[in-house]
Amino acid sequence: AMMAASAATAETVAPDSVPIEDMELKVSLTGAPGDATTGRETFADRKKGNCLACHANEDLKDQLFHGEVGPELNGVADRWSEEQLRAIVVNSKAVFGDQSIMPGFYTMNVGVNVAEKHQGQTILSAQDVEDVVAYLMTLKEN
Amino acid sequence: GSTAALAGGPSDDKLIIDDEMEIITRTAAPEGHPLDEVISGWHYRTKETRALEADSFQNPGMLYVERGEEIWNTVDGAAGKSCASCHGDDGEFLKGIGANYPKWDEANNRPINIELQINACREANMEAKPYKFDAADQKALTTYIRHQSLGMPVEVDLTQGDMKSWWDKGEELYYTRTGQLNLSCATCHEDYNGNYIRADHLSQGNVNGFPTYRLKQSSMVSLHNRFRGCIRDTRAEFPAAFSDDLMALEVYVTWRGSGLSVETPAVRQ
Ligand code: HEC
Ligand code: HEC
Ligand code: HEC
Repeated sequence: AMMAASAATAETVAPDSVPIEDMELKVSLTGAPGDATTGRETFADRKKGNCLACHANEDLKDQLFHGEVGPELNGVADRWSEEQLRAIVVNSKAVFGDQSIMPGFYTMNVGVNVAEKHQGQTILSAQDVEDVVAYLMTLKEN
Repeated sequence: GSTAALAGGPSDDKLIIDDEMEIITRTAAPEGHPLDEVISGWHYRTKETRALEADSFQNPGMLYVERGEEIWNTVDGAAGKSCASCHGDDGEFLKGIGANYPKWDEANNRPINIELQINACREANMEAKPYKFDAADQKALTTYIRHQSLGMPVEVDLTQGDMKSWWDKGEELYYTRTGQLNLSCATCHEDYNGNYIRADHLSQGNVNGFPTYRLKQSSMVSLHNRFRGCIRDTRAEFPAAFSDDLMALEVYVTWRGSGLSVETPAVRQ
């Protein structure tokens, strides 16, 4: 019984049962810390986070074309805690409201007629999210 | 820093084609429109792209106008007729027609666009096969027909038949979020026009320039192809060309750009 219980806590949190409360997601989705170096790649990768589509970010100034739909993310870790950043990436609408343009990257709250190859899938995996959050935590100015 | 080098918003230029024809690219929005001013996609393109459209010798879309005129005058089908056999070859018949589509089609009890009108005449009057969606000749002939209304303001008549309920359906679709990315037309073209989304400068998504010449694809792009591309980009399945959904969107989105001049062939990125 003890073994089973500890295995259960190490399990990945499923996207339809993510406990976001008061704009915070306290637990790591994987039970383990993310990797900021991988997170930086996931952030920029057009097929994964594609975060640069909407956000400018000085740290990635070697990449061309940063969007201006969302706020610049320079120093974002000074403005938000890790728990809040995780909630924003997982399901932005739980933090900014239903009208937000920002996609939820680990949620089943999606639009109608999802293309077959994306059905039942989240944009990022639990590990990707933890990596991106670890990376966002490095974006400090103070 | 370098990341903030992009400057948003529509340009303040005026579009005057060949230094003689002034194009209405900004105008007051029709009653009931969520925005105050409707603005052509031309204003959101780069200086170079804007210049291409202002010079009909440089506009690559003009080749398709010429090709369309050839098709207009070419006999096809079992009846041995061309479009010109019935409608003349001087362009007079077509003046203004392209500015007023989609229209209500009594026979089929639904709206019809230029592509579908072409197919109707091919089948009924020429005894020729209808064009497949996005066939090269369909795009060229549509471009030619629309170009005969260059400069004239777009106006759809919503009092015809049941056009109003198609407008309603189109409006609903315009605000419906689709796909894994959970975005609607309005999220991008109403809430964020004037902003860069990566390298793309978001416009209001008006249709007055269609078919448009896209530099990225080096060819003409039809309206339903563009709609499908935008829907696909939300990671959603996209409806068939000329389906009820895309016809309803065409009625509604055309209305959103009421009063803008026909720009066909517009040049876009
Ligand atoms: C389609 C546009 C879009 C994409 C893609 C997008 N965001 Fe956002 N993001 C926004 C907008 C807009 C806001 C501001 C809140 C709002 O208006 O909803 C925002 C806010 C944020 C904030 C809070 C910033 C602050 O300073 O308050 C963070 C952090 C964030 N996004 C991270 C990300 C990450 C990480 C990704 C990619 C994995 C991403 N975003 C992808 C549009 C986007
Ligand atoms: C993720 C953002 C996004 C969404 C959602 C979106 N579009 Fe677009 N659309 C674009 C971009 C980017 C372009 C190219 C730049 C421009 O003209 O805005 C574009 C271009 C267009 C154009 C061509 C405008 C011109 O001047 O040539 C039309 C028309 C259009 N969109 C209609 C729609 C409709 C209708 C929907 C919903 C079914 C939609 N779009 C959804 C991003 C989007
Ligand atoms: C045998 C005669 C005939 C031929 C050939 C023909 N049409 Fe027509 N066309 C008609 C008739 C009849 C109408 C309906 C006129 C009306 O009552 O408005 C029509 C209507 C149209 C309209 C709609 C006009 C409006 O007011 O909206 C367009 C556009 C058009 N034709 C284009 C074409 C094109 C393009 C071709 C060639 C591919 C073509 N036609 C070939 C007879 C013909």
